[in-house]
Amino acid sequence: MEKTVWQRFTRAIRKFWPLYLMAALGLLYLFINNYMPMAGLVLAFKQYNARKGIWGSDFNGLKNFEFLFKTRDAWIITRNTIAYNAVFIVLGTIFSVTVAILLNEVRSAKAKKLYQTVTLIPYMVSIVVVSYLANALLATDNGFINTQVLAPLGQDPVAWYTTPGPWPVILVLINLWKGFGYSSIIYFATLVGINREYYEAAVIDGASWWQQVTHVTLPGLKNTIITMTLLSVGRIFYSDFGLFYQVPMNSGPLYDVTNTIDTYVYRGLMQNNNIGMASAAGFYQSLVGFALVLAANTIVKKISPENALY
Amino acid sequence: MVEKNKGLQGAIHIFFILLTLLCVVPFLLLIIASITSESALIHDGYSFFPKEFSADAYRFLLLDSGSIVKGYGISALVTVVGTLCNMTLTTLLAYPLSRQNLPGRNIIAFVVFFTMLFNGGLVPSYMMWTQIFHIKNTIAALLVPNLMLSAFNVIMMRSYFTSNIPDAVIDAARIDGASEIRTLIQVVLPMSVPILATLALLAGLGYWNDWLNGLYYISDNNLYSIQVLLYQMLTKADFLKSSAASALPVNISLPSTGIRMAVAVLGTVPMLLVYPFFQRYLVRGIVIGAVKG
Repeated sequence: MEKTVWQRFTRAIRKFWPLYLMAALGLLYLFINNYMPMAGLVLAFKQYNARKGIWGSDFNGLKNFEFLFKTRDAWIITRNTIAYNAVFIVLGTIFSVTVAILLNEVRSAKAKKLYQTVTLIPYMVSIVVVSYLANALLATDNGFINTQVLAPLGQDPVAWYTTPGPWPVILVLINLWKGFGYSSIIYFATLVGINREYYEAAVIDGASWWQQVTHVTLPGLKNTIITMTLLSVGRIFYSDFGLFYQVPMNSGPLYDVTNTIDTYVYRGLMQNNNIGMASAAGFYQSLVGFALVLAANTIVKKISPENALY
Repeated sequence: MVEKNKGLQGAIHIFFILLTLLCVVPFLLLIIASITSESALIHDGYSFFPKEFSADAYRFLLLDSGSIVKGYGISALVTVVGTLCNMTLTTLLAYPLSRQNLPGRNIIAFVVFFTMLFNGGLVPSYMMWTQIFHIKNTIAALLVPNLMLSAFNVIMMRSYFTSNIPDAVIDAARIDGASEIRTLIQVVLPMSVPILATLALLAGLGYWNDWLNGLYYISDNNLYSIQVLLYQMLTKADFLKSSAASALPVNISLPSTGIRMAVAVLGTVPMLLVYPFFQRYLVRGIVIGAVKG
């Protein structure tokens, strides 16, 4: 006997209602926190008027986007967001994989645990505290680098917070410092799972340490590297707001090298009261970000289907 | 790997000793700065070997601990309540998703997963929370937006359930007459300690370290969490003076740099104290949840 959709539906509810009820709580949260704001993206096509609210404000077509893309900012924030992320992904992966491989080589279990614990500490602190650490090093008048490193060398102090040149390097180093502990745990955990027989076979074949790394370890890590990279590439249009806003102390002279889409949207919304441009930039981020996840996943699906996200 | 030689071991230890120093030394600078006298900090700068030590910063915090203690209290409250809510929501969503025979499972999974691919961004979220839910300057602003449930954690936990808890175990419990919620609490959760510990640590970190919700939604001094307090102290030079004016005897000058450093130290310590308790589960939790899933 054919069951109608409705019959199947009521049967499922009768049998599984406790499970649906459990899921409902989380789904309600996602609906409010994640889905409702999606409707607000329409603001990018409106002339926002606080008195009329989101829905009452008048449409102004693509004006917000015209204004946004006429400015130099549109190019700068796109370039910064993507370029920093690309460098973070490449250097972060290389460094974390190296640390994981070397950690796996450490024979003493105690030392292994100690190294693992300590390298995770930077990951545990807030970005605000990181900005304190950076400030202790970089403050112009009394920072460690100016007073304890440059002065004894007879060098003039550098006004770090108004000199854009070194900031790309500073931000990359801070990001690397804060994040490598966590990702190297993930790679390390994969390494531990590689079958020891592969190494034994390699040794019997006369493989050197380096050959074991390139022929057994790295292929064993391939899947994890692809998955982790795919996840980061999917987020390439998003940046760590705190790193680009608070660590450079929101300093104007540095905007050229610190302004990303997220800091731009925040400043437009909270400081410059430029809701139109902020929501246009936000819309641009959501849409292009979405397209990039889909593209990255499609590519992965072609070259290594088991690592695709869906 | 097999066949390890001594030279390699030595080189690797040297590498890791340098690396761990790199991770710890900046904090050492912060701690030393918090016990350096204000005049040494201003004239000689931050140093590992200051000319003059002083406990003034901590003494001041003991004396005028009002805003700091309050900030600590708010951070602690938000972290505990938030982590509990987060774990409850995550578990209750991940468990049904792990049940192979649940009709509509794939639709629910997609609804969860899609939030990782696409979102409305800051402007619409901010407008929604402030204009529809009127969340500004309430404790809910520190608890609810963004931090209470992450799709990524749900997926991690679901993977852990599907790969570690055999269907037979759940079926057996159900046949014995246990309700769904009892099965979850008495059978599934005790078998899932590593992932629960890992996700609880991550959720707790998220709450304790969060300053964005405070930055967006809180302007009332009384609701500043410790991280927001830190942010305010670093960006507004006179923040300390204005908040301390009432409590301070007139003849004492304010060791403001030292105080900032002391609060930064105090803001970091709790997480570092909790972390070792979770550490032994961390690797297993991350691996099974994230990689094999």
